[in-house]
Amino acid sequence: MIPYAFDYTRPESVEEALDLLDDDAKLLAGGHSLVPALKLRLSAPGRLIDIARIPSLKGIREENGEIVIGAGTTHAEIMKSDLLKQHLPMFAEGAALIGDPMVRHKGTIGGSLAHADPSADWPAMVIAADGEVVLRGRNGSRSVAAADFFIGFYSTALEEGEIITEIRLPVPAEGTRMNYQKFAQPASRFAIVGCAVVRHPDGSVRVAFTGVSDAPFRDTGVEEALSGQQLTDDVIEAAAAKAAEGVSLNSDHFASEEYRQHLARVYCKRALNAVA
Amino acid sequence: MTQITVTVNGTSQTHEVEPRQLLVYYLRDKLGLTGTHIGCDTSSCGACTVHMDGMAVKSCSILAVQADGCEITTIEGLAQGDQLHPVQEGFKECHGLQCGFCTPGMIMATVDMLQNNPDPTEEDIRHALEGNICRCTGYHNIVRSVQWAAEKMKTSAKVLDGASVSPSPVYASVNLNQQQQQQL
Ligand SMILES: Cc1cc2nc3c(=O)[nH]c(=O)nc-3n(C[C@H](O)[C@H](O)[C@H](O)COP(=O)(O)OP(=O)(O)OC[C@H]3O[C@@H](n4cnc5c(N)ncnc54)[C@H](O)[C@@H]3O)c2cc1C
Ligand code: FES
Ligand code: FES
Repeated sequence: MIPYAFDYTRPESVEEALDLLDDDAKLLAGGHSLVPALKLRLSAPGRLIDIARIPSLKGIREENGEIVIGAGTTHAEIMKSDLLKQHLPMFAEGAALIGDPMVRHKGTIGGSLAHADPSADWPAMVIAADGEVVLRGRNGSRSVAAADFFIGFYSTALEEGEIITEIRLPVPAEGTRMNYQKFAQPASRFAIVGCAVVRHPDGSVRVAFTGVSDAPFRDTGVEEALSGQQLTDDVIEAAAAKAAEGVSLNSDHFASEEYRQHLARVYCKRALNAVA
Repeated sequence: MTQITVTVNGTSQTHEVEPRQLLVYYLRDKLGLTGTHIGCDTSSCGACTVHMDGMAVKSCSILAVQADGCEITTIEGLAQGDQLHPVQEGFKECHGLQCGFCTPGMIMATVDMLQNNPDPTEEDIRHALEGNICRCTGYHNIVRSVQWAAEKMKTSAKVLDGASVSPSPVYASVNLNQQQQQQL
C-alpha cells in the first residue's frame, strides 16, 4: 500500500516546526499511527513535518516537583527510565504493554495523546496520575489537564497550529501506589479495556479508563465509592461494580457493550487489588 | 524527491527517494535486499523487521526519509562471510522455520532482544516476539532456536573473554553443536 504523495521536512526546533505547521501539513513523530493511516489513504496531508529528532521534545526529567516527559519520548525510552521506575512505576510497566518491541521503539507518548485512539494506553495512565499536557502554538504555551484534554472519538483539545511539547506529572508523595491493568486485543495489543489507578497516601484514589468509551475518562463513580474507605475486598468489589456507569460504551466485532462493561469491572477490580 | 543517505549493512548509500516511499520498498526495490519480507503491509506481522540504529523496527511502517542519516541492518548484514550469526545458526539447528517467510523478521527481532537480555526466560522470548507472526511452526521451535542462540552467544562471549587460555571460539562452537544436538 502506497500513500498519496506529500512533501517532507525535518525542522531542527519546535519554533521552526510551528512556522511550517499550516492546514495542509501534519506532524510526524514515530509515525506508528500516522504512516499506517497514510498507507490506507485515510489521511492525505500535503506535507509531513518530522519532529521525531527535535532535541527539546525528547527525554524525561524531574523539575520543581514534577516529572516531565518530552512529547517525542518513545514508549521504549519510558519503559527503561529509572526516574519513572522510581516515581511513577505504572508508566514504565504500562509502556511494556504497548504493542510489541518494534512499535515501542518508534511510537511516542506525544503522538499517542495527540492521536487519541479510544483504545490507546497512555491516556488512562496520564489521567489517573493527574497529568497536564503542555501545548505550544505560535503565540505561546498553554497547559491542559489530561482529564480535559480528551474530548471525544479521536478528538482532543489540541488546536490547529499547536504541538504537544511535554507531559507534566506531579511527583507522587511517598507511599503512593499505582497500577495499570489492560485486556489487550490479541492481534493489535491495543486496550479493549484499560484501567489505571493511583492511590495516594491520604487514601484518595483516582481511576481512569481507556478502550471503554469513545474517549478515555476519569471514573468519579468508582472514586466516590472508595472515598474514605479502607480497600477491603468488599469495598473493592462494590466500587468496581460501578465501573463505567453512565458512559456510552464502545462496541465492535471483538467486544459488545455488555462485555466491555463486564471487562471494565473486572480490570478495575484487578487494578484496585494491586494497590490495596 | 528528497535525498537521503543511509548506511545499510555497513555501506553508505545515497539516493533520491519520493517522501512517500516506505523503507521496506527502498531496501527491497532500490537496494535489491529482498531478504526483508513484506507479510501484512499493515504493521502487524513483523516480517519486515530490520534494525534502525541498532533497534528492531517494522520497515513497512517507516518512510525511507525517516531513516536518513541512520544505520540500517537487514538479515543480509548478519552473517560474517560464510559464518552465520548465532541466531541464524540457532534457527537452522533447531528447525525454527518451515516456509521461512517470517524468519528474517524473527531473527532480526531476536538479535535485538538478545542485545538487551542475553539470558531470556521462555516467557521473555515469547513476549519479545509478540510482534512477529508465524503461520507455520506453532512457535515452539522458534523459542528453542532462540534459546540455542542465547546459550551459544553466552558461551562464545565467555570464550572470547578468556581468549588466551581457552579453546578457539570455533572449537567451542563445534562442541556446543554436538551437545545441543544431543539435547534435541
Ligand atoms: C502494530 C501496532 C500496535 C500498536 N499497539 C498499541 C497499543 O497496544 N497501545 C497503544 O496505546 N498504542 C498502540 N499502537 C499505537 C502506537 O503507540 C503509536 O505509536 C502511537 O499511538 C502514536 O505515536 P507516534 O509517535 O507513532 O505518532 P504519529 O503516528 O507520528 O502521529 C500520530 C498523530 O499525532 C500527531 N502528533 C504526533 N506528535 C505530535 C505532537 N508532539 N504534537 C501534536 N501532534 C502530534 C500526528 O500529526 C498524527 O496526527 C500500536 C501501533 C501499531 C502500529
Ligand atoms: S509487513 Fe511490516 S509488519 Fe507485516
Ligand atoms: S516459517 Fe512459515 S511463516 Fe514462519
